[in-house]
Amino acid sequence: MSMLSYTKALNRALTDALAGDPAVCVFGEDIGAGLAGPTLGLQRRFGADRVVDTPLSEQAFTGMAIGAALSGRRPVIEFQIPSLLFLVFEQLVNQAHKFSLMTGGQGSVPLTCLVPGSGSRDGWAGQHSDHPYSLFAHAGVKTLVPATPTDAYGLLASAILDPDPVVLFAPAAALGVREDVTWELAPVPLGSARVHRAGTDVTVVAVGHLVHDALAVAEELAGEVSVEVFDPRSLYPFDWTALAASLERTGRLVVIDDSNRSCGIGAEVVATAAEEMRLTAPPRRITRPDGAVLPFAPALDRSLQPSRDQLRRAVRAVLK
Amino acid sequence: MTVHQTPDLTTPLGRYRMLRLIRGFEQLALAMVKSGTIVGGTHPYIGQEAVAVGVCAALRPQDRITSTHRGHGHVLAKGADPARLLAELAGRVDGLNRGRGGSMHAADLSLGILGANGIVGAGAPIAVGAAWAAQQAGEDRVVAAFFGDGALNQGVLLESLNLAAMWRLPVVFVCEDNGYATTLPASVAVAGSALGRAAAFGIPAADVDGMDTDAVLAAASEAVDRARAGRGPGFLRCRTYRYEGHHTMERRVKVSYRSAEEIDSWRALDPLPRAAAPLGPALVAGCDEEVAALLAGAERFALASGHPAPAGACDHLYASGLRPRAGAVA
Repeated sequence: MSMLSYTKALNRALTDALAGDPAVCVFGEDIGAGLAGPTLGLQRRFGADRVVDTPLSEQAFTGMAIGAALSGRRPVIEFQIPSLLFLVFEQLVNQAHKFSLMTGGQGSVPLTCLVPGSGSRDGWAGQHSDHPYSLFAHAGVKTLVPATPTDAYGLLASAILDPDPVVLFAPAAALGVREDVTWELAPVPLGSARVHRAGTDVTVVAVGHLVHDALAVAEELAGEVSVEVFDPRSLYPFDWTALAASLERTGRLVVIDDSNRSCGIGAEVVATAAEEMRLTAPPRRITRPDGAVLPFAPALDRSLQPSRDQLRRAVRAVLK
Repeated sequence: MTVHQTPDLTTPLGRYRMLRLIRGFEQLALAMVKSGTIVGGTHPYIGQEAVAVGVCAALRPQDRITSTHRGHGHVLAKGADPARLLAELAGRVDGLNRGRGGSMHAADLSLGILGANGIVGAGAPIAVGAAWAAQQAGEDRVVAAFFGDGALNQGVLLESLNLAAMWRLPVVFVCEDNGYATTLPASVAVAGSALGRAAAFGIPAADVDGMDTDAVLAAASEAVDRARAGRGPGFLRCRTYRYEGHHTMERRVKVSYRSAEEIDSWRALDPLPRAAAPLGPALVAGCDEEVAALLAGAERFALASGHPAPAGACDHLYASGLRPRAGAVA
């Protein structure tokens, strides 16, 4: 038994992928030094030709990773800051994602983008605190948000094996999570949800680090309500079958999602459940506000993020 | 499927033939746009043929290219089957991209054509990545990145020049300077110059008469050889001109931003007569006839090819085979 940290799990997934397939390579800023954590020690072990420190040219090195992918490589890009994804939306959505369809299936872009430290990190302010996973799910880019170290390992491993572009968000608020690992780490298939806690009254769909808040609230309310904590893990593709099965049991739905409210994944979950699944009460969702820009001051930053208090109230509300 | 042979651009006749093929292909495409057989229009390459032919004549089959929205010339010169390219323009199942790409996304990965591209400058970093992969694999493969003068103002192009120079990658950046970014003259859009951009990154650059196939070939060969020898990227600024509008839509909206005199002055430099002159009229006539027949066959092939079935509209969206949810609940 060993305690596996989230960041170490990402590091192990990268290590195993680099060791297992010479086509795998990593691009990013300060990855030789391992500044963000997941790439620590990789350059020393695999060389600067496979773990490539790039200049601060996000658009060019993302485009470059696409060209390398089309030439037989399986690149991983580490973005230190989630908001950098806004710079490379062109490359990821317009180029990488569309390539397979536009070429009639001649080729695809097996590119993985890893964002260690997405969402708020307390005090990093407006341009370093975004959590733009819903944007990628909306665009149809495979989008993963693991909540635990073993899922971080398993989903990153699967992302690198996948023939299509994948973006994996590692929420800053989950990076401190450690896990007793008594089993072999293994790939986790894309599009497979995980029920962390079974329940019969309410299904709480929680994304990323909010899984841990949902588990805490479920435990706290255990005396009054039986909460099922449903972690989609993969937002696109989404495991709708598993969600339908959960709602067959509970009939009540609360979603807690660190997206802005309008067009966030929470909206999609609620809409799909309303159209196609069993609901015995109007569903609720807890999100950031519409169009949120996280203000700097810690109390303001926290006030815009989904909270346990909001979740408690929502769970009670759907029971009425 | 058509029987298509990879064109030989190693001889003056082979290069003239390709100039004629591109010119004829583009004229045929214009007619098919007019008749409605090609929807969405095209960005005609007429006038710029010497650049595609000269550059691709300097490449080997294993080399790769990235292209632009005005890409038919590059795609044909790199060896794509004209019949399948035309079928693609017409949105048919036998098109290069099975009717999923159209004019702006034509690609043939088997020939190293990593795609035309609808976003100005977007091909440059893709070319850099392909060159990086080739360098890492120890392959003596070169990548040519075509772009226009409009792309000189795209940041990603400048970033790509930096990466290619920094890592001495085997890329040849080919700027097709036709003087206009759509309707905006380069004279009021480009501070400094194309060559200055290359110089800023220490990339050897050549100022080339882009209406002269042999001049383009000579400059491209030098840059390609240098890149292949591991001595880093090169840059060609090819002065050229498109006789037609930016896009076929211009014929309908009747915009006027270029004088007839200006267009005529460039037509006087047309690359086809220049390439034909040394060959003699008999050889040229025979070649023109062969190309005309080939294009007639391409048109028949394209028109005979079926339209893709709407049920397959999301085919190929994911290489993994993932099927997206439909847009409405059944």
